[in-house]
Formats: sequence, structure tokens, C-alpha cells
Amino acid sequence: MNLDFSWMAWTWPTAAFFGTILLLLCGMAAWEYVSPGGNPRIGILRFETTRGDRLFLSLLGSAFIHLAWLGLVGPNLWWALALSVVYAVGVFRYV
Amino acid sequence: MDKTWNNKAWFLVLPVLVLVAFSAVIPLMTVVNYSVQDTFGNNVFFWAGTEWFEELLHSDRFWEAMVRNLIFSFIILAIEVPLGIFIALNMPKKGWGVPVCLVLMALPLLIPWNVVGTIWQVFGRNDIGLLGYYVNALGFNYNYVQDPFDAWVTVIIMDVWHWTSLVVLLCYAGLVSIPDAFYQAAKIDGASRWAVFRYIQLPKMQRVLLIAVLLRFMDSFMIYTEPFVVTGGGPGNSTTFLSIDLVKTALGQFDLGPAAAMSLVYFLIILLLSWVFYTVMTNYDAER
Repeated sequence: MNLDFSWMAWTWPTAAFFGTILLLLCGMAAWEYVSPGGNPRIGILRFETTRGDRLFLSLLGSAFIHLAWLGLVGPNLWWALALSVVYAVGVFRYV
Repeated sequence: MDKTWNNKAWFLVLPVLVLVAFSAVIPLMTVVNYSVQDTFGNNVFFWAGTEWFEELLHSDRFWEAMVRNLIFSFIILAIEVPLGIFIALNMPKKGWGVPVCLVLMALPLLIPWNVVGTIWQVFGRNDIGLLGYYVNALGFNYNYVQDPFDAWVTVIIMDVWHWTSLVVLLCYAGLVSIPDAFYQAAKIDGASRWAVFRYIQLPKMQRVLLIAVLLRFMDSFMIYTEPFVVTGGGPGNSTTFLSIDLVKTALGQFDLGPAAAMSLVYFLIILLLSWVFYTVMTNYDAER
């Protein structure tokens, strides 16, 4: 069977993007294996979140940070990436 | 008693994962790939980077469609939710009227969206449509093909006609689940009709109302078929909502890159709003 995925128009940057998300999910699975239960807690948003919620919020927030940077500042997204990492650390620490 | 842990149960989720992969994940990956490239067809792509996203974020057309969509969602929620509650409150709770009302309420929901659009397209016409003809006969200059205001009114009334029943049925389900003891206690206390609604019925309906608001917001924010069939996004761009604009870009102009970028931004907004609604709903449950 010949599986042709050329219609999906893969590029190295998009493959790296999805690879990173896959690695993050694998990392979260490993974390859950080592420390089961999802570490639920009530943070600054005043409702209970688990590790998975925090990852979701980090990824969603990062997407909006990148879009806002692109719309308001310009196409150089390295600073947006740095800001997203800081934001994600904040989410995992305080939310 | 200790819980039994058996990770083999994860295999039961596998069919769903495969299904979701083919119906959602792989298409989404493809859209992400398209959003950073340009194509002139024949499956040949050129790297464009973030160009389409920049273009989109600075596009008046996109923001205008977004504002139109938000205004539309707000208006239909402002009409459908109170109207749905009002009808549900006045529906019979016992007797032969219950199945009749339920069937009548369910009827609009059973009609396919393109058929609803066709019904209202004909219904609103000046020459042969019952609504259009008689509204004009009453002296109002109604023409949804030429007047943006008339087009908006038609699309909104059509959506209210089609979807208020959903709110009614959800509210009705909430209302019939209230035990009679609540009403008896209210009667003993001499509670007014308003007090019964405010302190018994509304709190009991709150959960189903949240579901109704979530469903109606999501649906109205993604609305495509009905306005496309009735107005085609016109007159001009006056009823061009995000999904109509998206289809015009993707299939009308065959600009796959810009359309993919637009799809992703649209998807992120929907995802954010779904998360907000979901969080509100689950926390409301937890507080109760």
C-alpha cells in the first residue's frame, strides 16, 4: 500500500510545530505516570485546574500572544515565543 | 476498598481516537500546513511564512465580518433566550397539550438548514412570498435583496423561527424536573408569580440555560447555510458572516493560504469561547 501524504503539504516548520506539541503531550503523559492525579488545585483564577488544563491554557494563550504580536508589532516572532514561554511558566506556577 | 487499575481499558478509546484523527486532527494539520504556504493548484506549494496571518489581522474585511457575526450572535441570543423561557413557562405541564406542544416545538429543528433558507428566501420575496408581499401591501418598503436592514431582519427572524424551539425544549426539560413540593412551599409562603420564577424556576433552569446559550452562541457564530441561501452574504457584504467570508475566500477565490489562516483564527476564537463557557458551566456545577 502506497500512502501518499503530499496533499497535506508538509513543511519542516509545520512538522516541527506538531512534533513539539506531540512531545509536550508525551511529556504530560510521562508526568502523569510518575505523579498520577493531575495535581488539581485552585489558583489565581479561583477555580480548580489540573495539569492538562494548564497546558491547554498555555497553548491557547500562546497562540493569541503570537497573533497579537503579529498584528500589533510585526513578523519577528522570537519575542512572542519568549513571552509565551514566560506566560506558560506563569500559568503552570499560579493558575 | 482499593480501586482496580487496569490500563488495558485505554484500548477501548482507540476507535474514537482513530475516528477523531481522520475527521478532525488530520484535516486540522493540513489547514495549519496550508496557512503558511501559497498554491496555484496542481498540489504545488510555496512557502509564505506568516504573511497570510499578517494580511488577515490587518484586513478590514475580516474584522467587519467578525463584528457582524458578534452582533448577529448577540441579537439572536437576546431574542431567543427570553422568548424561549417565556414559551416554556407557558407550555402545558400535563394532559394532551404536552405531546402536541413538544411536537410543534420540535418541528423547526427537524428541517434541514438549506431547506430553512429556501423556505425563507421564497417567503420573503416581494412578488410571490407570503411575508414579502403582505408586508409591502401594508405600506412597508420591504425588500431583503436590496436593503441591508431588511436582509438583517429576515436572517434574524429566520434564525429565531428555526432555533427558539431548542431553547424552549431545554427550558421545558428544566421546568418539568422541578418537584411539586417547591411550588406547594411557595404557595404556603404566599409567593408571587414573579417570586416563583425568580427563586424557584430560574435557578432550576440555570444549567439548561447555560447549555442553551452555549449551543446557540456556537451555532450562530458558525452560521453559514441559512444566510447564504437567503441573501448570499448581501446586499453588498451586509450579511457576510465569518463562515461565508471564509467559503468565499477558500472556494470562490481558491486562496487556500489566506483561507487556512482565517480558519485557524476562527478556530482559536471558537476554542477560547468554548473553554470559557465550559469552565463557567463546570464551576457552576461544582459550586452547587
